[in-house]
Amino acid sequence: MSLRFVSLKVLGALATLAFVIVFNFFLFRVVEGDPVANLFRGRNLTQEQRQELRQQFGLDGSKLEQFGAYVQQTLQLNLGRSYISNEPVSKEIWDRAWATIALVGISTLLSTVFGVLIGIAAAWKRGSPTDYTSTSFTMATYAMPDFWLGMLLLVTMAVSLGLFPVGGITDAGSNATGFGHLLDQAHHMFLPALTLTVAYLGEYAIVMRSALLDTMREDYLTLARAKGLREVMVRNRHAVPNAILPVVTLIAINFGFVLSGAIAVETIFSWPGLGRLTYDALNGPDLPLLQGLFLVFSAAVIFFNLVADLLYAYLDPRVRTA
Amino acid sequence: MTDMASPDPGQEHAAPLLSVRDLHVTYRGAEGGVPAVRGVSFDLAAGETLGLAGESGCGKSTLAGAILRLLPKGTTVTGEVLLNGEDVLTMKPGRLRAVRWTEAAIVFQGALHGLNPVQRIGAQVAEPLEVHGRAEGSKAKVAELLEVVGIPARRAAEYPHQLSGGQRQRVLIALALACDPSLLIADEPTTALDVMVQAQVLDLLEKLQRELGLAVVFITHDLSTLAANCERIAVMYAGRIVEEGPSRDVFRSPAHPYAAALAAAFPVIGDMRYRRAPSGLGGDPPDPRAIPSGCSFHPRCSVALPACTTDEIELRIVGPGRRAACVHAGEAVSAG
Amino acid sequence: MTVSGRRVAWRRRRRAFAAAWSDYRHSTPGMIGLVVLVLIVAMALAAPLLASEADLRAIYAVDNPRWATPSEYGPLGTDNLGRSVWAQFVWGARISLLVGFAATVIAIVIGSLVGIVSGFFGGIPSALLMRLTEWFLVIPFLPLAIVLAAILGPSVWNIILVIGITSWPATARVIRAQVLSVKERLYIERSRALGASSGHLMNRHVLPNVSPLILANLTLTVPVAILSETTLSFLGLGDPTRASWGKMLDEAFSAGALTRNAWWYYLPPGLGIMAVVLAFVLIGQALEEILDPRLKEGRS
Repeated sequence: MSLRFVSLKVLGALATLAFVIVFNFFLFRVVEGDPVANLFRGRNLTQEQRQELRQQFGLDGSKLEQFGAYVQQTLQLNLGRSYISNEPVSKEIWDRAWATIALVGISTLLSTVFGVLIGIAAAWKRGSPTDYTSTSFTMATYAMPDFWLGMLLLVTMAVSLGLFPVGGITDAGSNATGFGHLLDQAHHMFLPALTLTVAYLGEYAIVMRSALLDTMREDYLTLARAKGLREVMVRNRHAVPNAILPVVTLIAINFGFVLSGAIAVETIFSWPGLGRLTYDALNGPDLPLLQGLFLVFSAAVIFFNLVADLLYAYLDPRVRTA
Repeated sequence: MTDMASPDPGQEHAAPLLSVRDLHVTYRGAEGGVPAVRGVSFDLAAGETLGLAGESGCGKSTLAGAILRLLPKGTTVTGEVLLNGEDVLTMKPGRLRAVRWTEAAIVFQGALHGLNPVQRIGAQVAEPLEVHGRAEGSKAKVAELLEVVGIPARRAAEYPHQLSGGQRQRVLIALALACDPSLLIADEPTTALDVMVQAQVLDLLEKLQRELGLAVVFITHDLSTLAANCERIAVMYAGRIVEEGPSRDVFRSPAHPYAAALAAAFPVIGDMRYRRAPSGLGGDPPDPRAIPSGCSFHPRCSVALPACTTDEIELRIVGPGRRAACVHAGEAVSAG
Repeated sequence: MTVSGRRVAWRRRRRAFAAAWSDYRHSTPGMIGLVVLVLIVAMALAAPLLASEADLRAIYAVDNPRWATPSEYGPLGTDNLGRSVWAQFVWGARISLLVGFAATVIAIVIGSLVGIVSGFFGGIPSALLMRLTEWFLVIPFLPLAIVLAAILGPSVWNIILVIGITSWPATARVIRAQVLSVKERLYIERSRALGASSGHLMNRHVLPNVSPLILANLTLTVPVAILSETTLSFLGLGDPTRASWGKMLDEAFSAGALTRNAWWYYLPPGLGIMAVVLAFVLIGQALEEILDPRLKEGRS
């Protein structure tokens, strides 16, 4: 993979990020007439207070000055102050980020791995009961809202069976440390992670299955058999590396949806991550916080797409020369 | 019943390298079986070249696949395919995998997806060496094989899409030779190529066949290439061999009307007979699901007799080492 | 007696439609999906007949038992304020379906316009439009929808707008690819040689070949829009004055239906959504099978 190729991709990602930053500005500062009234809708402010706030938010200059100030602030990672908590937005986000990264990271990994395995099994044994059950299962999970699945799991596993905690990241009042602490967190993460994993593995299974079915018709598989390879080798060495390419693309596309899904799922399980933070921010609405979260989510998706693009180019040599 | 007469007196009496006896291949179709090969028998001696000609759907590619049991699951194959005396069709899976590529190898069409698009050329050529326990010195062997077919060894690091059609075809030839097989089955190796490149590949195949003493089954729809490159030709129609014999004879004076039409479709420059425009043959080859009764060629045949619609015609001896499945065989027949 | 060209074309279209319909009827999954969808739409339309709208209001529910199970009250019991769950389910269907369809219409219209214009005219406008589409595709849907909904305020029409605006890029991309492939077909060249204008080409060649794809895309987009509405309503961004399935789930969760295991409150909305989404998926698959060979051959 040439340096030129990689740099072009990185530049593209940065350009998209720039677009998001500009778009963000337009959403809040330009959409409505008086940004202060907008930001503090529902509060009664005196003229002085309004003027002071305008100054504080840098809203007293011309639109262009405002934009310049905004860009400068953003690049310095100054995303404003939360309206509800009055803490800097960047701190609020930073405090919660790891909980979401852990949750979304593990879920994406598991749903990809299991989805791919199910898809391979369904395609290789096409028409068999394995195929039908997995296809039905994936259709069912695709059709249900992800947070509703979370609700069902919560009711059965936590409320009725008491196998798992009902919410939070650790048991209240627990002062376990080290490994015990980690175990406690994992115990709490099990249900939300299961929800996100099951909600999204269906799509991977479907895509992997159809990609593998297409690949199974290719000539080079017959060639591999003719060489004397066992069926399993034919599948693993020749069919799967080709069929997995659309799945990589799907991971990239899905990441945005998984992040979105995390918002509702974290709410259901009271998981203290960015998703839950978003839900809380909606109660204001705490617009500076929402704006900051929007930026962070978008940046995460852009970055993830970049990684997926490069990974795809690594796996498919035909793309590199383009 | 198909002719199961003893081998023609024109052939050598040593045990043939490949002996196909009464092969029937039926695919599993949506509405019942689809017969692709309906009783084919032929022998091939070591070092001998046989050309197999026919239009699309006549069963020639199916035949090629059947020899190494590469047909899709659910396909019914009956008869015998004796490779060095062993019946491929009844081999245990382990033995079959060991035999594949080491005793007989196939050269497929070099289409874009004939090779694995995401694997380097060198790795693909080295693969059969690994599989058959000859991984030692495989890198050198791969370089040697590529050089033999005229591809610089350094290109082993490239991917299939970086090669031209002709180069991919050569790679497939190099690949086929990797385990030193004694039989090469070439399935339409030049069909997708330009004429100039075709000539180069054919030359290469002929040179390799001579130098390595390979037996070759050369499958194509272009009868004229066979005439120059093969000792014997068999013409297939609707799953059966309808004419068979020394290539020059079959091409110059075909005994079966279909063979005649096929020969006439590919004019030879300089041959006075082709001064007039070559006559095309009307109609299409029959759908394997609806093969005409009697002699399957009768709907398109210009010299068909009433008996041809009901009686199945067997291969009859027309001359030394020549057979044809036509009621007129024995007389000289030319395309109308 | 000569028949006008237009009449011939319409007769051909009617025959093609009849053939497609008979093909569709042979697909069992397709028919199941269609029947389910028709039933749910009928239920939504018949809402006033099935449950009184008054049952939705808490003030009128003061005398009702709270958290009543289905055996104690009405077809589906009551919620924490004594409101009939059945009424919420039946009336909520309206909003969920309305938002789903309306948002899809917006997304399809914008997406198709962008896709067709970008694909047909090419050049700089096309490159700009495609860049815009790419950017919108990257932005994660829900955060954007949340931000837009927070600014615009909660109302049904705002939600429809928000979902429509965030869904058009996917359609645009697919339509553009199809337009590009149609453009390359020979009969477009021949038409131009005959002196056809862009408008004529657009109407007679591009649109008829792209319409089946738009239809297929529609059946894929509606379920996504409905799921989006559900999520937005659950997060409290929906119209607070109207019942919707997402809102039912929000209220169920907030009122503690989970800890009480008041299954009659949280199960029906989820099952309803599943039914609608599956119906569309089945219909979409059946349509794809029918339309695909035609898409490949094209109509020359």
